[in-house]
Amino acid sequence: MTTPLLSLSGLTKAYPGVVANDTVSFEIGVGEIHALLGENGAGKSTLVKMIYGLVKPDSGLMKMHGDDFAPVDPRAARAAGVGMVFQHFSLFDALSVAENIALGMEAPPPMATLASRISEVSENYGLPLSPDRTVGDLSAGERQRVEIIRCLLQDPKLLIMDEPTSVLTPQEVDILFETLRKLKAEGTAILYISHKLEEIRALCDAATILRGGKNVGTCVPRDTSAREMAELMVGSTLATPKGAAHATGDVMLSVTGLSAASPSAFGMALKDISFEVQAGEVLGIGGVAGNGQDELLGVLSGELPCIPGMVQFQGRDLSGIGPEERRGLGVLAAPEERLGHAAAPDMSLTENAMLTGMAREKLSKGGMLNWARARDFAERIIADFDVRTPGPHNAARSLSGGNLQKFVIGREVLQRPEVLVVNQPTWGVDAAAAASIRQALLDLAAGGTALVIISQDLDELMEISDRFAALNEGRLSAPVPTAGLDVEQIGLMLGGAHGMEVAHV
Amino acid sequence: MIRLEKRPQPSATMSWATPLLAVVATMIFGGALFAALGKDPIEAILTIFWEPLFGEFSFFYRPQLLIKGAPLVLIAIGLALGFKAGIWNIGAEGQYIVGAICGAGAGLAFYPTESIFIFPLMILAGALGGCLWALIPGFLKVRFGTNEILVSLMLVYVAEQLLASMSLGLLKNPEGFGFPGSRNLQQYPSAHNAEIITNTGMHWGVVAALIAVIFSYVLLTRHRLGFAIRVTGEAPRAAKFGGVNPARLILFCLGMSGLLAGLAGMFEVAGPSGQISIDFNVGYGFTAIIVAFLGRLNPLGIVAAGLLMALTYIGGDIAQSQLGLPAAAIQVFQGMLLFFLLALDVLTNYRVRFGTGEVA
Repeated sequence: MTTPLLSLSGLTKAYPGVVANDTVSFEIGVGEIHALLGENGAGKSTLVKMIYGLVKPDSGLMKMHGDDFAPVDPRAARAAGVGMVFQHFSLFDALSVAENIALGMEAPPPMATLASRISEVSENYGLPLSPDRTVGDLSAGERQRVEIIRCLLQDPKLLIMDEPTSVLTPQEVDILFETLRKLKAEGTAILYISHKLEEIRALCDAATILRGGKNVGTCVPRDTSAREMAELMVGSTLATPKGAAHATGDVMLSVTGLSAASPSAFGMALKDISFEVQAGEVLGIGGVAGNGQDELLGVLSGELPCIPGMVQFQGRDLSGIGPEERRGLGVLAAPEERLGHAAAPDMSLTENAMLTGMAREKLSKGGMLNWARARDFAERIIADFDVRTPGPHNAARSLSGGNLQKFVIGREVLQRPEVLVVNQPTWGVDAAAAASIRQALLDLAAGGTALVIISQDLDELMEISDRFAALNEGRLSAPVPTAGLDVEQIGLMLGGAHGMEVAHV
Repeated sequence: MIRLEKRPQPSATMSWATPLLAVVATMIFGGALFAALGKDPIEAILTIFWEPLFGEFSFFYRPQLLIKGAPLVLIAIGLALGFKAGIWNIGAEGQYIVGAICGAGAGLAFYPTESIFIFPLMILAGALGGCLWALIPGFLKVRFGTNEILVSLMLVYVAEQLLASMSLGLLKNPEGFGFPGSRNLQQYPSAHNAEIITNTGMHWGVVAALIAVIFSYVLLTRHRLGFAIRVTGEAPRAAKFGGVNPARLILFCLGMSGLLAGLAGMFEVAGPSGQISIDFNVGYGFTAIIVAFLGRLNPLGIVAAGLLMALTYIGGDIAQSQLGLPAAAIQVFQGMLLFFLLALDVLTNYRVRFGTGEVA
């Protein structure tokens, strides 16, 4: 039997109060694409951080090519041939592609040499990218290519990819997969972390499943159904959200010819957007982040101004009406960024419940705040949405991402909105919690609420929305019924793959 | 090795303990400073902290505590509202001067008529003057996005020139034998901010400061405007999402802090100081910034901090005259207080860990 590229045996890492990894063992062979599966908090990040030298294991052994491997820092890991593409890019918007890549290198060659090497690598692996473009102008998919090329320039033997497809269109995913398969053919192993089980089935040779920090099983993704893998991750059977929503025909929210500038320099202006949402209907808006999602939510929530007549609620013009008054009318929103936008990080959950619940939950009277009612409201959100926290007096930032997401969605859902606009309802939330959030949204629609769901997760939109529209470069395609749409069509609606071609291996 | 570890949430204990720790550290290092200057450190510290309260002449110094503490508290309460929202009014000194000029001007306009309406009118004029002066940086920030720190600070120097001009021109005492400065309001009964109870230092400014403390406490803990202020300071985007109008909040915070600073100036000129003169302002507006932070931007904390600062002023004066400590040493001592407070502030959000922990 051949020596595996990387073998992990009995890796354990404990933090105060939680064992992140508990005697985890598995092996990755040369040229193998190995999936790492698990819910949020299952210990995937800690595990890859140990491999990448960011965290030192408490006990356990790692071997690379049969030799002991214990990187003290990421530099040592890179020297040993481990590269990592993070979920969140660390790029400077104002610098060019080549400058960004040079910043991440130990000893960058002269710019001209580097630029030609970038072009060379990008051509070899079918990742078209011009070295002198400014990163601020690149799409999310192109930014990811910058990170991948940065890794490939170091000739890695093992490439770790953390949720690489969450920001890509279906066509871009295809291109990425071609690149990864080419790398595999050249003998590079890939450790692939994703929540998207169908992708893993299409791409990976083996999968290791973590739950509660333990290795709870391995499988061959090709021979295992997505549902079986999900159930392995969760450790119980999954409930599929069931919708009983019926559009009633009463138009709740109508947007006509909406154009609005973005408040930020690298934002995306909205261009001539029109749609209507009926009571009891779910409109799904897909698209890669940075194509106007934040701006659209801002205009609908009332944070950004718009010209009179462009946004109407039950025929009433909403321009000049701020977020607080819109909530009074029943138009609610939940932004994507949990910390700092949907919630104030250092304030307690009670205070954060007060933040948007003031009008509809009658938490204030004549300007005076009723903190007892706010605490009751926060406790209700915590109970109804299974938010894991010791209590409503805890600061928002002390919650894990998924729990805070349940809190901010629950806060709006429990206010019985007439119209609810949500950006990325299940971003960074594990499968079980995502299912319960989706169910809550569908229940809301069944009760007659008009929903606008903005999401990058196409599977999610296919599952819960009645109609689908794509947001691309600030423009919205005409909404079409979801039933009968396939991934290919959606990809085309999303504007294809930004003029790229698939790698020819 | 010493490491700082971020706490999951700010420590409530530490936010109360750090001001006390800062006072203790200031005493230790201030004592060392005094020792280095050849003075007995314990005697110096006792002179500053003990003498004004319980010494032989405390009957004279205790009222001074209220007289010096009231304007500090009044101004700091207003500043704290803005600071909590991330709106930095550094120009309270200027608003204090303009409040004094407007208050005194309104009173002197009626000289020598006696009427019970004159003093309330002066209060209104002082408040309005300070408020409008602070709304200049507010308006410029809202309309043109200028930096309120710079504009409010520069307006202090404009106000000082205005003060000099008033002392030498419009408000100059016609019977003052050519000396600069206005008539003495202490000798104009209708305009005099006299002590309410004799020999206590308790004048209307003290009453106003107490009202401001209660008002701002209720505002911050129970009113939606106070909540808007706190959310804006913590997370501006979340505040906007919650429905706060940033422009209105900026105008409110600057206007309110200017109003209170103007009031402080008016009560000072009509009472303890008595007249508009070139050197009328003694830095209350700047010291109040220290008071606001020393009190953790909390109304009750500000009362304690204002009294403590007043104590170091009075005690510092005594130490200068009795022990011959240089004025600069007293100022360093007061500066240490702010320094330690800000330095120890890190303990609220971080925990100190000793020993070589692994890098996680």
